[in-house]
Amino acid sequence: MSQLRYALYTGCTAKESTPELLSSTLAVAKKLDIELLILEEASCCGASHLQDFDPFLSHVLNARNICYAEKLGLTMITLCNTCQINLAMTKEKLDSNPEYKEKVNKKLAEVGLEYKGNVEIKHFLYALVDDYGLENIAAKVEVPLSNFNIAPFYGCHNIRPSHLHEKSNNGENPYNPTSIDRLIEALEGKSVDYESKNKCCGFHVDLQAPQTSNTLTGNALLDAIDNNADVVVTPCPLCHLNMDIKQKSATKLLKRDIDIPVLHMPQMVALALGCNEQEIGLKYHVSNAKHLAS
Amino acid sequence: MNQTKKVTIKAFRFNTETDYLPYYKTYEMEVGKDELILDLLNRIKWEHDGSFSYRRSCRHGICGSCSIKVNGKPVLACKENAFDMIELFGEELVFDPQSKKRAIKDMIIDKGDFWDKHAAIKPFVEREIEPYPKHETKMSKAEVENILDADYCIQCGNCHYACPALEVNEDFFGPAAFVAAYRFTVDPRDNLGQERLEMTAQMGPGVWDCVKCFECAQACPKDINPIEKITKLHNLQFEQGIAKRNVATKHAEGFVRSIKKHGFLDEADIVKYSEGPLGVLKHMGDALRMIKAGKIHLSDQIPLVDNMPKSKNLDEIKKLIEISQTNTL
Repeated sequence: MSQLRYALYTGCTAKESTPELLSSTLAVAKKLDIELLILEEASCCGASHLQDFDPFLSHVLNARNICYAEKLGLTMITLCNTCQINLAMTKEKLDSNPEYKEKVNKKLAEVGLEYKGNVEIKHFLYALVDDYGLENIAAKVEVPLSNFNIAPFYGCHNIRPSHLHEKSNNGENPYNPTSIDRLIEALEGKSVDYESKNKCCGFHVDLQAPQTSNTLTGNALLDAIDNNADVVVTPCPLCHLNMDIKQKSATKLLKRDIDIPVLHMPQMVALALGCNEQEIGLKYHVSNAKHLAS
Repeated sequence: MNQTKKVTIKAFRFNTETDYLPYYKTYEMEVGKDELILDLLNRIKWEHDGSFSYRRSCRHGICGSCSIKVNGKPVLACKENAFDMIELFGEELVFDPQSKKRAIKDMIIDKGDFWDKHAAIKPFVEREIEPYPKHETKMSKAEVENILDADYCIQCGNCHYACPALEVNEDFFGPAAFVAAYRFTVDPRDNLGQERLEMTAQMGPGVWDCVKCFECAQACPKDINPIEKITKLHNLQFEQGIAKRNVATKHAEGFVRSIKKHGFLDEADIVKYSEGPLGVLKHMGDALRMIKAGKIHLSDQIPLVDNMPKSKNLDEIKKLIEISQTNTL
């Protein structure tokens, strides 16, 4: 297999509150000999909130982000479901509406950029599962995850709306997603089947509706726990923030004990590939996860 | 090719008048490649159990009566091919009502909450007109196109009962009501736009409690994409100056402030800015837990200390915001 090369859009959380996401991603890429060129010019995607305030500005900024991957001529890789959907929605809007694209390009021209629409945007999960291939990952496993029942939590913005993602996520069905389950099996873990795996964690209303947010997160975690999960894994750092940090609040609200480690998808792969402790970064978790590495 | 498939159907059964608890009953049948989920519902009733109950009427995807959930997927039973469902979920299909907690009899639910909310946003054109107008009210092509596909809603309730925000927060209007709110608010013949925008701007019932899960977009059998209309309602609130400064509107607007400064979102600052000095106190527990884990740093909180990462070519970002920003709060 020729070496895979991508432009990496880190998003904000990987640079700030979830440093373990970036370090484990880079560690996995190194182990698998995947080249990731970080787009240092990129800005925040707006996290699905900016477009509520100013949709045009959101499209201009995201078009600029994509321009830098276009300059490299590489597929743009995201580490966050919400970055993925915001960039993909911008791409869809511009690629399907030449007039609007011209309007955005007029702004970009003022800083010497042009959006062309000639690169793909893909979440790292699907780069691993579909491009690198599960058999190839399985061949590199050094520490099989056979001791763990692992509950995949897919996160909304990688799977819905399906028409937007079908090219980048290889037609994953939002009502019956399988990619993370298959990845878990490739790492020799046991994937947990539970109803909440394709549901919403509530992150986006954390500030204005904490009860909604904590209930959704708590219910999903309890569903995983009730189905004998030892650990939850998610490809989305926003789901991760909610599920890792809000366990105490959710316990209080739902009146049931919630205490379960939550991993980022690349951390799980990094564990199985035998990456080092520093790179996996379990110390950055609020809900204790350190025991997973021993 | 095999023209029939053997299917096991597990159907939710419950009669409010006689049953203490709901249960699932299993039916086995050979299903043909052209049969719809509605045909399977009919066959349960006609071939197995005449007491099995569900709503049905037009059989043409327009009355919105026959919606149920198949293995958790909201479907309009008369539009969904059974083989497609078997391909997706395997040969065991689970039939549930749209909302189990609202079940009256088997697939039939009490849809009262849906209709109440739909009616509350006033889904009609209201305007004072001359009793004997001299000519019809004309709409331009652009004005009609601005309604988008919001007019195609058949009130089946698929999006409403797929919405997790509504599941937790009973006051929430829900996606179908928002689609109708958008549809009539942008109708140039209507005079209730401001009232509807104020209604949908309320914290709790309004659009700010949408969790952005896209379940509604996925559930709609008419491909209406309700969350697109929810976003449009957000935008209209800012465009028409109806948005009040509160935690949710400041959160949306606060992204510009951060991006201008760093390129990235300042995660701690957006919470402080949106909540204000008092509101932020309720996040202290989480903040301390995050500091302990090394996710955020105490030194970030010292005024004039800037630990934030910065995007390269930040000047471009500042310039683009300057020349592209269209809305204000």
